[in-house]
Amino acid sequence: MELKDFYTDKKFQQARIPYIQAAAVLAFLSLFFGLWSLQILKSSYYQELAEKNRIRSIALVAPRGKILDRKGQIIVDNRPSFVLSLSQENLSNIEKSLPLLASGLKLEMDFLQSQIQKYRQPPSYIPIILKEDITIEDISFIEAHRSEFPGLDMIPQPRRFYREGEMAAHLVGYVGEISEKQLSSSEFSYSKPGDLVGKAGVERTYNQILTGIDGQKKVVVDSRGKEVATLETVEPVAGNDLRLTIDLDLQHAAESAFGESSGAAIALDPRSGEVLALVSRPAYDPNRFSSRISRADWEDMINDPSRPMQNRAIQSRFPPGSVFKVIMTTAGLQEGILTPDYTDYCTGTTVIYGHLFHCHKKEGHGRVDLHRAIVNSCNVFFYHLGQKLGIDRIAQYAHALGLGVKTGVDLPGEDSGLVPSSEWKRKTYKTDWYAGETISVSIGQGYVALTPIQTARAFGGLAMGGLLMIPHVVAPDELKKWGKASNISYENRVPLEEQTLDIISQGLWGVVNEGGGTGHRAAIAGFDVCGKTGTAQVIAKDKTVSREAKADFKDNAWFVGYASKDAPEIAAAAFVEHGGHGGTTAAPIVHDIFQVYYEKKMKSKGPTQLALKQPGSNGLQ
Amino acid sequence: MLTKTALYFRDFDWFILLLALMICIVGIVEIHSATQFQKGDKLYLQPMYKQIYWIALGLLLLILVVSIDYRVITENVPYLYVLAILALLAVLVIGQRVSGSKSWIALGAFKIQPSEFVKIAIVVTLARFLGEIRTEYLSGRDIVRASMIMGLPFGLVILQPDLGSALTFIPILIMGLFLGGLRTKWILTSVILFTLGIGLGWYNLKEYQKDRIYTFLNPESDPLGRGYHAIQSKIAVGSGGIFGKGIAQGSQTNLGFLPERQTDFIFSVIGEEMGLVGTLGVLVCYFLIIMRSIHIAQTARDKLGIYVAMGAVSVLLFHIFENIGMVVGIMPITGIPLPWLSYGGSSILSTFVLLGLIINVRMRRYIN
Repeated sequence: MELKDFYTDKKFQQARIPYIQAAAVLAFLSLFFGLWSLQILKSSYYQELAEKNRIRSIALVAPRGKILDRKGQIIVDNRPSFVLSLSQENLSNIEKSLPLLASGLKLEMDFLQSQIQKYRQPPSYIPIILKEDITIEDISFIEAHRSEFPGLDMIPQPRRFYREGEMAAHLVGYVGEISEKQLSSSEFSYSKPGDLVGKAGVERTYNQILTGIDGQKKVVVDSRGKEVATLETVEPVAGNDLRLTIDLDLQHAAESAFGESSGAAIALDPRSGEVLALVSRPAYDPNRFSSRISRADWEDMINDPSRPMQNRAIQSRFPPGSVFKVIMTTAGLQEGILTPDYTDYCTGTTVIYGHLFHCHKKEGHGRVDLHRAIVNSCNVFFYHLGQKLGIDRIAQYAHALGLGVKTGVDLPGEDSGLVPSSEWKRKTYKTDWYAGETISVSIGQGYVALTPIQTARAFGGLAMGGLLMIPHVVAPDELKKWGKASNISYENRVPLEEQTLDIISQGLWGVVNEGGGTGHRAAIAGFDVCGKTGTAQVIAKDKTVSREAKADFKDNAWFVGYASKDAPEIAAAAFVEHGGHGGTTAAPIVHDIFQVYYEKKMKSKGPTQLALKQPGSNGLQ
Repeated sequence: MLTKTALYFRDFDWFILLLALMICIVGIVEIHSATQFQKGDKLYLQPMYKQIYWIALGLLLLILVVSIDYRVITENVPYLYVLAILALLAVLVIGQRVSGSKSWIALGAFKIQPSEFVKIAIVVTLARFLGEIRTEYLSGRDIVRASMIMGLPFGLVILQPDLGSALTFIPILIMGLFLGGLRTKWILTSVILFTLGIGLGWYNLKEYQKDRIYTFLNPESDPLGRGYHAIQSKIAVGSGGIFGKGIAQGSQTNLGFLPERQTDFIFSVIGEEMGLVGTLGVLVCYFLIIMRSIHIAQTARDKLGIYVAMGAVSVLLFHIFENIGMVVGIMPITGIPLPWLSYGGSSILSTFVLLGLIINVRMRRYIN
């Protein structure tokens, strides 16, 4: 044979081969057990994982119900928006193009990185939210760079749209991501983490009615997160549209009457308690919250010295000034201290308990009867009345008229205001009430501090002969419609004598309509407006005045009134921070609200009746 | 008296070839399943058809290999070995970089991975070297020289860098030294050195290599990053259960969760779609091939035949154990193909050549 014969003594090798054979058998056995373990023992576990891989449920966010005014005009709406998300499987493909993505979407690199980091834990099918509420520019950028960014998705998500912007912001409130605290409360038992829920105003109080039921779509996805088939779809159910008692026309009138001033205004129907308009200034734009707000923005708003988040109409208390004289009058008449022929003499000052008290008119009003005292707002008259009544009787009537207690309005965070009493003083300061302290309370200064809504409600109650209604922005009928009927009575009758009511309404009519009346700027021809001005001194230590405004010691202005005198159908309060005299700055706001109300009323009555009407006539009803 | 051709025909190992072809058919089916949604290729260029072409070419190569006496082949070892080294050098110069490693040479429309063929050269070169040693036990010099035969191509593949492929050379050397007469004390020494080597080697590993080892130890620690392959593979195999989800029905495979599904993780596809029935069937085929090959070595005509057959066995066994072990999660992830199953020409051709060498040894087992 031509081939070289290799060494054929191969016993040694043949002896060692069985070891290798044994090793091979061992190797195959271990593979066999590996397969056995996976495919028999843990099969159901891995089947479940495979299903989880494959099937993804996508939440279909239900739009919240619209918020409408009393005529059905839309105040708060929804608008379509898109959330930009990135599926985690594609993260590695996209990492290199992140700087391009950041610049294209106008996002900070740091933010992108931290957002990605946040989601970098199982379950992996949850897409990373890169940007909410993307703009048209973002969309065109993404479409133009599709191939560079695989796995980018635009998920439709309805978003709250506050059509009126800052208008009625405090009334409607805003939405935000549900907090952990809210999640654990029974009120939000129907919510899940990440949901947007009402955080303030109507959005908050009626969150349950407004919230829809999220749907869900079960889809089969591939490893890129691309949907390849839909298994089932549960359509979202939109929240219920909620009709408010607000009249958008009155709201607009009140808002524009305010101009740049701070303060609050509220108009309500004294017959039902329906709130017709609610303004608080300065305001914020609730649209800023409809995308998840940045921490910096939030802190800006919270720390703004002008406190734009505060609903001054119901959440802030202010000394009412002369507005309080109406309550003094009520108490005086009911207690028999004031009689139709009661008079007092004003020299411009008076000394009580050794202290000198001033009237706002330095030279004095001279001899004044009750009517003139109201119309001209004579301080001395009411100092003396207060002295006679004593603090507890004042408090009794004030409380009866709903002052210093919460009105129960269906908006969150209402303040109770404060009407002091000797008992309150004992409880709070552990000291007795000094009779001298009653004197400043008599003209709405000192401890007394009211919320604008309380004053409007109290005046409305006096106009209605002692019938106080609980103010509300959603009518009971509307609540019944959504299965939220409440059994509470909206009515509260204060027993007041006919004579008391007559004298007060005459006085309040005089304030607006008689010569020398402090509230003449609220007068409307044909609509017998009644009301009372208030001009409250700003005391620096007073907690209700923002500290930054210390330098501004200009008086706070009030006007509270109703119309018409004999057929009351609207009551309103306007409060202007540092507005100076109530008759100058606050009365015109109420005037504007009433004016629009009156015009609408006349229009709906038709031109014929309008033409027949005599100027200055009272008979509207 | 039978003619020489008839003799060859009689002594040819039809059974072992049948086993390999059965595995090939399973591979073709599952490559089709794994790639059915990849669009763009013309029908005859789809992976399934390409694989069929490679298998046909592999069979031709096998016939070529069995028709030349293995002793003649080893006669030409110097040429083969030099050719292998040149191919590896060429890869470093003109190679194409695929996912970080320069392992491929483009030949027209095809890409060749020389390291797959280098294994064959190492097998025959070591066989020739060890087969000529006439002492019972290996001397230290022999061990060093044998190690150098493996070490040179090993080093060149490390430079690509393709640690996974380089590692497949080591079993050939170990097999050779073990059979060649490594003294028991040397075996013990090398185990100790090996342990130390792991410790030292750890510091020289690249980050991604370390990551792979971390992931192997605990794939769930990073399900999206390093552990993704391991977890998805286990989900695929595990969810297949006993009978599988049916061919082309695997969600892990068809929805793309399983990476490298027609190449390194083809066995996961079988696990998912054919279940334990499929995986055990394939495993049994492999087992029979290995056992039969070992038997062929045992009954070889000479020492050279033993070294050639057992060298081939070492390559096949290591590939099978590492690849399936990786799929079921008992071995770390490395990118080495599964013989006759994984899609890819280089792997198919080289494994058919190795099979040809084994059959070659069997056919010439009678001293005549």
